[in-house]
Amino acid sequence: MVEVWLEGIGVWGPGMTGWPDCRARLAGEPGDGDYAPPPAAALSAQERRRSTATARLAAEVAAQACTAAHRAPADYATVFSCSAGDLANVDAICRTLARDPRLLSPTRFHNSVHNAPGGYWGIAGGCEQPSNSIAAGADSFAVGLLEAAVQCAVEAAPVMLVAYDLPGPVPWDIVCGIEAGFGIALALSAAAVTGAKRLTLRHGAAAAADVRLQDAALEKLRRGNPAARGLALLAALAAGNVHEVALAAGDNNLVIGISDDDGC
Amino acid sequence: MTPLQVAAYTATNAAGTGKAALLEALVERRSGLAPWRDGGLDTYTGQVAGLDTLRVAAPLADYDCRNHRLAQLGLDQDDFRTAVGRCAARYGAGRVAVVMATSTSGILETEAAYTHLEPDGALPADFHFETVHSMHALGEFVARTLDLHGPRFTISTACSSSAKVFASAARLIAAGIVDAAVVGGVDTLCHNTLYGFNALQLVSATPCRPCDGDRDGISIGEGAGFMLLTREPDNGPRLLGYGESSDAFHMSSPHPEGRGAKAAMTAALTRARLTPGEIDYINLHGTASVINDRIEDIAVAAVFGDTVPCSSTKGWTGHTLGAAGVTEAAIAALCLENDLVPGCLNTEAVDPTFAAKVNRGNERRPLRRALSNSLGFGGNNCSLIFGIGDG
Repeated sequence: MVEVWLEGIGVWGPGMTGWPDCRARLAGEPGDGDYAPPPAAALSAQERRRSTATARLAAEVAAQACTAAHRAPADYATVFSCSAGDLANVDAICRTLARDPRLLSPTRFHNSVHNAPGGYWGIAGGCEQPSNSIAAGADSFAVGLLEAAVQCAVEAAPVMLVAYDLPGPVPWDIVCGIEAGFGIALALSAAAVTGAKRLTLRHGAAAAADVRLQDAALEKLRRGNPAARGLALLAALAAGNVHEVALAAGDNNLVIGISDDDGC
Repeated sequence: MTPLQVAAYTATNAAGTGKAALLEALVERRSGLAPWRDGGLDTYTGQVAGLDTLRVAAPLADYDCRNHRLAQLGLDQDDFRTAVGRCAARYGAGRVAVVMATSTSGILETEAAYTHLEPDGALPADFHFETVHSMHALGEFVARTLDLHGPRFTISTACSSSAKVFASAARLIAAGIVDAAVVGGVDTLCHNTLYGFNALQLVSATPCRPCDGDRDGISIGEGAGFMLLTREPDNGPRLLGYGESSDAFHMSSPHPEGRGAKAAMTAALTRARLTPGEIDYINLHGTASVINDRIEDIAVAAVFGDTVPCSSTKGWTGHTLGAAGVTEAAIAALCLENDLVPGCLNTEAVDPTFAAKVNRGNERRPLRRALSNSLGFGGNNCSLIFGIGDG
């Protein structure tokens, strides 16, 4: 089992421009709206221009989590977790490669690496800490959280999870089952932080938990984007009286305990 | 860190299928690079023979693609599956993690699908994204092939991917989440990387010449490598340390002073509780790109001076990208087990501006500890230290 403290949350999704919006929705307040491109103000104008929508979504939620935690981006090692990668970029590259001559643009190519969002984020915030970029299919949020929390606890250093997925253009819209863009960032501390929730994590068998959300639109979002599977954890945090959430993580579950023990 | 035992390992690439063939190629200085001509590109690649006719069999037939064929071929070497089976029997299949790495997964099959999209623009009906091209397809394929149920994921940080698997696995073991881990990396040739690196003017028309004064680019290779890490000591190689860093400088160029590379090597030494003088051999990232080799030399010389023998083994394998970290970890382990310092292959004269001690010819000398560098796109760096005996 590992324990970490959750010191900042960032969220971007349909009709949600941050954790306050998301928390209110999870608490039952009405809301709607489509996915709008995030400002991604943490990136320089040049980076915003060169990067893709995926990298901008990741930078948006990561910056929100830093602000909420009152820490600089350079403080955090990072774990970027994304199931499908940058489908719009894959589409553009494969269309180019299907033609003769195969004239791939250098920017397209460097944006094609799975760690491109991590690279842009590191450059923007001058962050020289270790940065990982992973994928775990539909369980990318839960497995990303496990990886980030284990790193945070073992290295005794702040680590940020950034989980995000965007739907692709035709023909990808029906291939990956990603219906809307969504991103979550969780800023984790290895040491107790006043007012922060303590999370304990273990990987193992657990009674199949019902993580369905009551709001039909949110439940559709949760099912339609691997990063939005994290809404089950956010719903527990918003409710305040839920002390355990189990999320599918491969053949077992990631069982997350939530407590107010701030160690103070 | 507490050292981790490499309980079993294997590597398959253009230089050899399995450890014995790879060692023989290293000793005999036989390169796996061969001419590769296609459309507008004239280069050399490190291609693994036989993948075109190999098939991933049922029940994992949906995973069939070049990348998983190579993964399967790699897993079948050196009794690796037997060793993993023993480990799973001892600890429980749920207590063994699978941490894999790839840079491009099965994009080759997506590239092919785009040449025959349906009239309405849809992907062909026999196209399987989740099991072929999805970044985690490899991790899922390896976990299912080995019947392991611990946490599993796939790391994709370009050329450092399969070095970072060691850091993630070591942490999962240290945290007590698992008792052992299968780490590895697989990458296969595809047009995306061939034409992408070519667009960056990084691909050589000749077999790559790492650290040569006249080097002019990389040769892309394909490869698969796997290691089983446990806490049970035996006489084989051990993982002593890892170090990770980010350049925070540029998406496709290294920091001009090699800051990130230095930080990764220093962090690995610190974790292993070693001084630079205690390293006997450095396996360089050494892609033969003009700039990257120069920056790595600056960083290595800053940390190690000019006394530790260094070489890049990409003249044998080509740059296997997401498989490079574990391929060179396996080569480092082979070198430790056989007291071999391989000199750079294809390199006629070491760049006279280099300050580190780059070996050109092979050397047999007692080795106890080796460091391997993997420095990737997006400024993502990872260094590993392996030891043997009392090293």
